[in-house]
Amino acid sequence: MEKEFLKRLFQQEFSKMVAVISSLFGLEHIEIAEDVVSETFLQATETWGVKGMPPNPTAWLYAVARQKTLYYFRRNKILEKKVIPELVARQEKSQEIEEPDFSQQNIRDSQLQMLFAVCNPAIASEAQIGLALRILCGFGIDEIAEAFLSNKETINKRLFRAKEKLRTEKIKMQLPPENEIAGRLDNVLHIIYLLFSEGYYSKTQNQILRKELCIEALRLGLMLAGYEKTHLPKTNALIALMCFHASRFGARETSEDGFVLYEQQDEALWDQELIDQGKHFLYLSAEGEEISSYHLEARIAYWHCIKADTREKWENILSLYNQLLMVNYSPSVALNRTFALYKANGRQEALVEAEKLKLENNHFYYLLLGELYKGFDNKKAALNFQKAYSLAKTETERTGIQKMIDNLS
Amino acid sequence: MKEFMLLFRFPQSNIDPSKIPPAEFQALAKKWQDWAGGIAAQGRMASNGNRLALEGKVLKPGGVITDGPFVEIREMLGSFIVVKADSLEEATTLAHGCPALDSNGTVEIRPIIG
Repeated sequence: MEKEFLKRLFQQEFSKMVAVISSLFGLEHIEIAEDVVSETFLQATETWGVKGMPPNPTAWLYAVARQKTLYYFRRNKILEKKVIPELVARQEKSQEIEEPDFSQQNIRDSQLQMLFAVCNPAIASEAQIGLALRILCGFGIDEIAEAFLSNKETINKRLFRAKEKLRTEKIKMQLPPENEIAGRLDNVLHIIYLLFSEGYYSKTQNQILRKELCIEALRLGLMLAGYEKTHLPKTNALIALMCFHASRFGARETSEDGFVLYEQQDEALWDQELIDQGKHFLYLSAEGEEISSYHLEARIAYWHCIKADTREKWENILSLYNQLLMVNYSPSVALNRTFALYKANGRQEALVEAEKLKLENNHFYYLLLGELYKGFDNKKAALNFQKAYSLAKTETERTGIQKMIDNLS
Repeated sequence: MKEFMLLFRFPQSNIDPSKIPPAEFQALAKKWQDWAGGIAAQGRMASNGNRLALEGKVLKPGGVITDGPFVEIREMLGSFIVVKADSLEEATTLAHGCPALDSNGTVEIRPIIG
């Protein structure tokens, strides 16, 4: 229990402390900030293991990190030569070395600045997600490797390159000027969206890790909503979308590794609190004229939070998917749209449209076709399920598809 | 893939669109949206174009201007979309099922060249 508490505490504080210290040193020395924080955690684990947990662990961490930061300032030659003159120049009159300021206000500001820095379009998005997981969410290298089904070495390399990019592109820890915020926000929201999707649709079987990814993405979204300049309708739409999806987390999980499909989910397991929070943000997102893809996806997710199969529900979902395809085509949106077409306009029309899609390397395509033929032409249904089986990527999927084939006869 | 413009033309009618019952109007809008969605689902939508309002003016040689509705023209241009296809034949296939055809309208398919 205590170990779990420490892990959580460190993960939470990592991103805050790295942000604050980096804002002091400059982003080009982000590794120093990471080292200081890691050493602080190490010292905490050792000291607390012997003496027990202090009454206010967070304050303890900040105090030790502050000491270590000052120590670095005094001892490290690179810092003396490079950082301090710069800092002195920046502070102009004051010759005093600034201490890291761990006030609530400064933590928030630094985290926001870090969020914009990490989500700078100059960094390739795969590296960006890794960096975001590390720096903004405080995930360990092994956890990131697990989320990407990769190894630590690859992730370390990727993070190293991303940090190099921060230096070469001279990315600063500061919020973009006011007239650029809305544009730069698009990239920030996109990274948060990818973080969330990484958790929601991740290849890893580790359910706890996946849920944590989603929670972190939601936290970053809420952070943006808490700041006046980034509290925009599209921010709220993205938050609503994440809340609605996350509400079904409990209902999706099974004791085995598989997932419970939407149709078979027990709605009593849906998290009503998250649904309500989602509705609140959906309401806020309706301000203004802009309809982003997050708006459309949030509304689709909203309708999915109503279990009863009504004509109204599926007509709305179909219409939203139609609109989403115009802004953002992807094979999975096309497949979901065709399923909504089946629910709203019937099997016949959906079959005609499905046959036109020709997504022949996509096993979900054959799953959809199989589903549409089921009970109408079971022979064709079986044929399609078999194609899906041969294209499926994981054992879990194959087991699930085999069950569908067996159920036909 | 090349781009083709699909132009929808309708027979001139005297029905005031604002008098169409809302439910009927909605059903018609849904038909169009579902049809266009089907093209988009195939990844063939390049632009869902612009919708044109029904009022307008016509300028003729000699500076003669007439107000719409365009009584002297048998058909009026409704709106357009731009689709992606490999050939004119394929683009024409995409046009099948267009709701304009249900109301005696036509779809004109023209390659876009630059």
